[in-house]
Amino acid sequence: MSNPQQLRYSKEHEWLSGAEDGVSTVGITEHAANALGDVVFVQLPEVGDTVAAGETCGELESTKSVSDLYSPVAGEVTEVNEDVVNDPSLVNSAPFEGGWLFKVRVAEEPGDLLSADEYTAFSAG
Amino acid sequence: MSSTPIRHTALDALHRSLGATMTDFAGWDMPLRYGSERDEHNAVRTRAGLFDLSHMGEITVSGPEASALLNHALVGNLASVGVGRARYTMICQEDGGILDDLIVYRLGDTEFMVVANASNAQVVLDALVERSAGFDAVVRDDRDAYALIAVQGPESPGILASLTDAGLDGLKYYAGLPGTVAGVPALIARTGYTGEDGFELFVKPEHAVELWQALTKAGEGVGLVPCGLSCRDTLRLEAGMPLYGHELSTSLTPFDAGLGRVVKFEKEGDFVGRGALEEAAARSRENPPRVLVGLVAEGRRVPRAGYAVVAGGEVIGEVTSGAPSPTLGKPIAMAYVDAAHAAPGTAGVGVDIRGSHEPYEVVALPFYKRQK
Repeated sequence: MSNPQQLRYSKEHEWLSGAEDGVSTVGITEHAANALGDVVFVQLPEVGDTVAAGETCGELESTKSVSDLYSPVAGEVTEVNEDVVNDPSLVNSAPFEGGWLFKVRVAEEPGDLLSADEYTAFSAG
Repeated sequence: MSSTPIRHTALDALHRSLGATMTDFAGWDMPLRYGSERDEHNAVRTRAGLFDLSHMGEITVSGPEASALLNHALVGNLASVGVGRARYTMICQEDGGILDDLIVYRLGDTEFMVVANASNAQVVLDALVERSAGFDAVVRDDRDAYALIAVQGPESPGILASLTDAGLDGLKYYAGLPGTVAGVPALIARTGYTGEDGFELFVKPEHAVELWQALTKAGEGVGLVPCGLSCRDTLRLEAGMPLYGHELSTSLTPFDAGLGRVVKFEKEGDFVGRGALEEAAARSRENPPRVLVGLVAEGRRVPRAGYAVVAGGEVIGEVTSGAPSPTLGKPIAMAYVDAAHAAPGTAGVGVDIRGSHEPYEVVALPFYKRQK
C-alpha cells in the first residue's frame, strides 16, 4: 500500500493534508483502515469543536472492535464529512480521498508528524 | 503468557498466499478475513464461502461400549443416533456447568467422532478419557488426524456435487457419510455454523490443500470466496447459534442457556451432571433465570460482549455477543436479560455503549433463518 507523499502522518495512524487558508483535512490511513476491518460507524467531532493534538475526538467502529479517533493537530473543526457518516465503508474503500473525516483550522501542530516515507517505515514495523 | 507455540493448519501457506489477515484463535494462527468480512458474510448468505476449520478438535470414541460411554459422559442420548447421523450435544460438569458444546457424528455401530471447540478440545479429551473408565471403549485424540474444510451457502450443494459421486441428495442436515471429494477420501457432513445449507469435509491434513484448490475451482463460476473467522462469527450470530465463551460457559447449565432440550433425562443409565441438571431444570421452570434474547439496535453503535443491558436506569442483563449484522443492516446482539424484560417487544430496553444508553429492541432468536 502506498501512502501519499504530500500528506503527513501521526503515529496514531491519522493523515493530515497541507493547509489551505489554514485549514487541513484529517483522515485515517489505509494501514489503519485495513487493521480495523469493515468500518460500520463513525462518530466525528462537531463543527466548531476545539480538538487537541493527540487527544480523542471521535470513534471508529468496525465489525470486531471500536477504536478512538485522535486528532493529529490542535485547532477548530470547520467541517465534517457527512458522506462518511452516512456510509462508513468509505473509510475502507477510499481512506485518502472520499473517506476523509474532518477539516480543522490548525492552531498548533505537534513536531512529531511523520513524512510518507517515515510513516511507511513506522507502520511496517 | 502461554509458552505453547502457536499452531498452524495444513492450509497455512495457502491462506498467506491469498493475503489473509491472520489471528490467534485458541492457540491457532487462523484466517480472520481475506478481504472485507462483510463481503465474505454476504457471499455465504447468497452464494458460497470456503472455511478452514482445522482448529476444531476431533476425538474418536470406538468400541463395543462407545455409545454407553457417550451416554454417560454427555448430556444427550447418543445411543439413539443412527449410523450416518450427527447430533448437537454438550458435555457438562458434575455441577451441571457446560464444559463445551459438541457435534457428535456416528460413523458406525461402535464408532463416533466427537468434534469439540478448539479452545476446549483438551478439556473435552481429558474428560472423555476420565469418564471412559470401566467402559469397553477407546477414546482417541484425532486432532492431528484431520483437517476440516467447510463449504457453506446456497451454492454449496452444486459445488460439492461437481466433485463427488456421493449421494448428496440423500444426505440430510446433520448427517455425514464417508466418500471421495475431488479424489480425496473425506467424511462428508451436512453440518455448519452459518445458518445456511452447507457441508463440512473432514480429510487427512495432507489432502487439505488439494481439496481446497478443487473446491475453489469448482466454485469459481458461482461466486465462492474464501472466508475467515470474522464472518463466521457474524453468520452464527445472525443464526442465533451460541458460541462457547460467550453464550456458554462452566457457570451456566444448558437450562440457563435456553438449551435445556439437549439434556435427555429419559435416557438409560446415569450421566455426569444428572442430579445438578434435574435441579437446574426445575429451577428454570419455577423461577426462570436470565433468558438469552436477541437485541436489534435502532441506531448504529455496536454492542460488544460484556456491555450492560439496561432498562429504567437499572442493569437488567449483559451482552454476550454483538456485531453489525450485514443481513439486517443494523447492529445486533445476543444477551442474557432478566426474565421480566425478555419478551419480544419489551419496551425501554437499551445497551450501555460506553456510557450512552442506546435503544434496542428485544426480539426472538434467531435474527436470520434461511428460506428452505
